[in-house]
Order: sequence, then C-alpha cells, then structure tokens
Amino acid sequence: MNLSAVSSKSTLNQQLKEFWFYFSVSKTAVAGLVFLVLVVFVALFADVISPHEPAEQYRQFAKLPPAWKEGGQMQFFLGTDYAGRDMLSRIIHGSRLSLLAGAIVVVLSLSVGVFLGLVAGYRGGWLETIIMRVMDTIMAVPGLLLALVMVAILGPGLLNAMVAIAITYTPYFVRLTRASTLSELNRDYVTASKMTGASSTRLMFVSILPNCMAPVIVQGTLSFSTAILDTAALGFLGMGAQAPTPEWGTLIAENRDLILNAPWTVTFPGIAILLAVLAINLVGDGLRDALDPKLKRS
Amino acid sequence: MFRFLINRLMLLVPVFIGVTVVAFGFIRVLPGDPVEVLAGERGVSAEKRVEILANLGLDKPIWQQYFSYLSDVLHGDLGVSVKTNRPVVEEFFELFPATAELAICAIIFAIIIGVPAGIIAALKRGSKIDQGIMGISLVGYSMPIFWWGLLLIILFSNTLNLTPVSGRLSFLFDVDPVTGFMLIDTLLSDEKGSFLNALHHLVLPTVVLGTIPLAVIARQTRSAMLEVLNEDYVRTARAKGLSTFRVVTIHALRNAMITVVTVIGLMVAILLAGAILTETIFGWPGIGKWIIFSIFARDYYAVQGGLLLIALTIMTVNLIVDLLYGFINPRILHKKDKS
Repeated sequence: MNLSAVSSKSTLNQQLKEFWFYFSVSKTAVAGLVFLVLVVFVALFADVISPHEPAEQYRQFAKLPPAWKEGGQMQFFLGTDYAGRDMLSRIIHGSRLSLLAGAIVVVLSLSVGVFLGLVAGYRGGWLETIIMRVMDTIMAVPGLLLALVMVAILGPGLLNAMVAIAITYTPYFVRLTRASTLSELNRDYVTASKMTGASSTRLMFVSILPNCMAPVIVQGTLSFSTAILDTAALGFLGMGAQAPTPEWGTLIAENRDLILNAPWTVTFPGIAILLAVLAINLVGDGLRDALDPKLKRS
Repeated sequence: MFRFLINRLMLLVPVFIGVTVVAFGFIRVLPGDPVEVLAGERGVSAEKRVEILANLGLDKPIWQQYFSYLSDVLHGDLGVSVKTNRPVVEEFFELFPATAELAICAIIFAIIIGVPAGIIAALKRGSKIDQGIMGISLVGYSMPIFWWGLLLIILFSNTLNLTPVSGRLSFLFDVDPVTGFMLIDTLLSDEKGSFLNALHHLVLPTVVLGTIPLAVIARQTRSAMLEVLNEDYVRTARAKGLSTFRVVTIHALRNAMITVVTVIGLMVAILLAGAILTETIFGWPGIGKWIIFSIFARDYYAVQGGLLLIALTIMTVNLIVDLLYGFINPRILHKKDKS
C-alpha cells in the first residue's frame, strides 16, 4: 500500500474542508457560486432549455415586448428582436459563448503567464529581463485597445478576440507567479528538494508551483469576469463574435438601433452580462478572503 | 527627489522601446502587401513596384527600417493619416482635449463619491450601510459600461428628456476652441447658455466612464481606511480626545490616501480603454472614437500613431502619479534614494 498517496489524499481533503470553511463564511460568495453553477448548467443544456432555436425568425412576431407587458406573448417570454427571434433563447445560447470565451481566455493567459513567470523567477538573468520587459510593454497599452489592434491584424471573430484578450491578461499572471516564485525560492523545502537531487523542472513544477497558486487562482477568477466583459465589449464594437452569433455583446450591438422602440432587446442581454460577471466577482472575493492568509479572519 | 525622478525615467526607457517595436511591428504584420494597397485595384508593374518600395524605404533590411521609424518618432513625425491626409500627431492633439476633459471629469466624479463612500463604509464596518455601499460598488465594478451607457440614454435622454444623446455641444452654439476643453471654452465665450449646454452633454458620459473607477476607489478607500484605523497612532489620537471627524480627516485619511493615489494612477489605463466604449456610445469626438474609426477605416498609420501616443500618455501620467506618491509618502523617497 502506498502510504504517501493516502496521506496526501487525506491532506487534500482536509485542505478542501478548511477552504470551504473559510469560503462559506461569506454568504454572498456562496450565493454567487450557486448562481454561477446555475449559469453553467444553462449553458451546458442550452439546446434542451431554450424554448426556440436562437436563429429561428418568427417574422410575424417581430419586436414583440416581454410577456408581462401589453402585447407580449408567453411563448416569447423576454420578447423578440427586429427579425422575430426569441430573445430568451438567444440569451441562453449566448451564455455558452460568453462563458466559454471567458474560460478559454483565462486558461490561455493563466497557463502561458504562470509558465513564463515561473521561468523568469527561477532562471533569472537575461531571460527574466526579456520576459519582464515584454510584459511591461504589453501593460503599457490599455488592454481593450491592444486587443482591438490585434483583432484588426488577425481579423474580427470570436476566436481571434479571445486570443487577443488572453495576450493582454498574460502579464498579470507572469508578475504574480514571478513574485511568488522569488519568495519561495530560498525556502528550506526548496533547498532540501534541491539537495536530494531534484531536477530544475521538478523543482519548478512540483516543489514551487503549488505554493504559488493561491494568488494565481484569485487572479484567474477575477480575469474570468473581466474576460467576459471584454469579449462582450469587442463584440459590441463589431470586432468580436459576428452577428448573427448570439454572443451577449453582439446581441446588444445588433439591437442598438432599437433602443427607442424595443428597449428590451438591449436591456436583457446586458442584465445577463451584469449578473454573470457579478456572480463571478462575488466568488472571486470569497476565494480571495478564503485563500489569502493575510486577510483571514482571526 | 531629483534622483528619484531620474530612476523612474530610466525605468521607462525599455518600455518606450518596447512600445515602438509593437507599433512598428503592427504595420509590418498586417495581412496584405503595402504596395498593392497603395496601388489600388489597377495593380502595379514590377519596375514601379521596386520604385515604390524604395520610396517607402521598404527595400532596406528590417532593422534599418525600425531605426528610421524610431528616428521619425523621436522627431515627432508619426506619419500621415490615409483618410484625412493630415499628420497623425496633429489629429491626435486636436482630439485629445475632448478625451482628457471627459476622463478628468470622470475621475473627479469617481473620487468625490468614491472616497467618502469608502470612508463611511469603513467607519460603519459590518453595518447595513457598509453592506449597501460595498454591494453597489461590486455591481458598478461588474458593469458592462457600453450597456450602462445605452441604459442611461434610454432613461435620461429618451424617457425623461433631460440630457442630449450625443456630442459635446449643441449646434446652436458657436464657440471658439481656445483650450479644447469645452467647459472652459464655453465660459470664455459670450454665447449665453453654452456652458450649461456643454455641462448637459458631459453628464452621462462622465457617469458612464466614472462608474468602474468609482467602484474601485470606494472599495480601495474602505480597505485602506480599515487598515489605518487599526493603527496605534489613530488610537492615540482618539485617546487624546480628538473628535472622530478630526481623527478621520487629519490622521487616518492622509495615510489612507497613499493607497488611493496609487489606485487613481492605475485608473488611467482603465479610463482610456473605457473612453473607447464611452465615446463610441455618446458620439464624443475624442481619441477613443477616432481610434475605433481608424481601425474600421483601415487607416493604419493613425492606429499606429494613436497606439504609441496613448501608451506615452499613460506612461507620463503614471510618472506624475509616482512623483505625487513620493510627495504624499516621503518614506518612499528615502528608501529609493538609499538603495
């Protein structure tokens, strides 16, 4: 029987329990988590849940107001847009794109950023200088502007928008990981591991990396919410997902001319963005309080 | 102080070089052949092609091209806009005051409401007021501002008819651009009612652009105050019998301001990114709208120049904030000077 495997499993369990203990202190964080799980569920089962096909045009029902307003119909609960497409179905399908886009942006920028930060902190020297100066340069330009310019090069589209946004987020992960790596590098456990003959790769990824993860996870959650906002902003400016793709920002852009006579076509996609981002931020705040030992309530 | 300034300036050099490399590279990696783009649909002969390449300096090795670009930049020449045939620098500085005015108003709006809200939340920690303020600021922090702008237009411009939908000033007024700041120019002019009109135009964009900074400032002020209020010197001040007002404003706030100034420095990039969205929604004739227009019009010299100038603006403001930081918190200066 492998003793070390058992003990590491039980400490992991213990850590998770401790984490949940601190996380569940904040009721708003738990509420955010519940709502987020709900949105993920809706996104996963969009095909089953949504009452209509998102692209189906019911021309005779164009610009129908929400069900509770005069002239609204129950079958189009949140109303329809200029082409008679069901807003609720489009928003439900949009959750898929927005969540996926946010997740991909975070995974890309986090993995590249953590890797570069770890290398910069561990190796030092000219490699560190180059990595950090490149990151400084990326941070010198406002993220949204840099993303816009990159999309102008790559061509508009959701995939390109995600790559561009991911590049603008990378420096934050590099800086965080490098700073934690530097502070961990001279700890006894790293020296001990070095003395037992661990390779550089092992030292970096097995010894040091797990101890740098807390701030990275918090930053990852916060980036998830801003990634959804930035993807929507690019979509709104016509540089992200292209109409008629039901991405939330694109939905607002394509109905922008209707704000006078069909305001619901603009209002509801925005509420969807706001609620999703709010939920993620609540979870992010909860995570920070639970993971950051400095802020732990004593 | 002087050495501090030099130190800071030295740190900016690599970033400046990096930004010029990005701006230079931007034009090079664009899809499409520059000669074909210039020649248009009729195409171009092989000899003419060589001639055009030589004229543009594109026949030289790439590093020579970069250095000639860098030399142009340092001489203040950022090329000519393809759409308007005017120097990019000239266009930028003509539109810059509009964005600066909006951004300054937005940050003032954010500070005037955000700092007191943060202080109140910290003083009433854990109460309903604290929860309310923090809840609202989290909503503000999560706000998609392009949607927020449209929502305010629906409410204030269309339903209540209180504010104009776009622009900086009604066409009814003819105001000479003296400073480029509409609020100042309208005050200087003798057009009656133009100042109020400009103010009306400014309200919604200011609120929209200021929303996220307001939320961040309120949150940061609160946590900075909470930290400071636990310090011994605040307790001493209280023990001396000073009023809460005096303890907060004189003793605690000054130290809490250090955090707040840092945050405001970080806001510059957020404000300029937000200006792109805000100006697009409100038809505000500033840098943000200009750069979006240039991207869509494929006016690449304008985009390249704009990118560089915006980065320079942010670097300059951050430098000023750094100096201000040293002024508010003299401990920083001493630390830096010794090392």
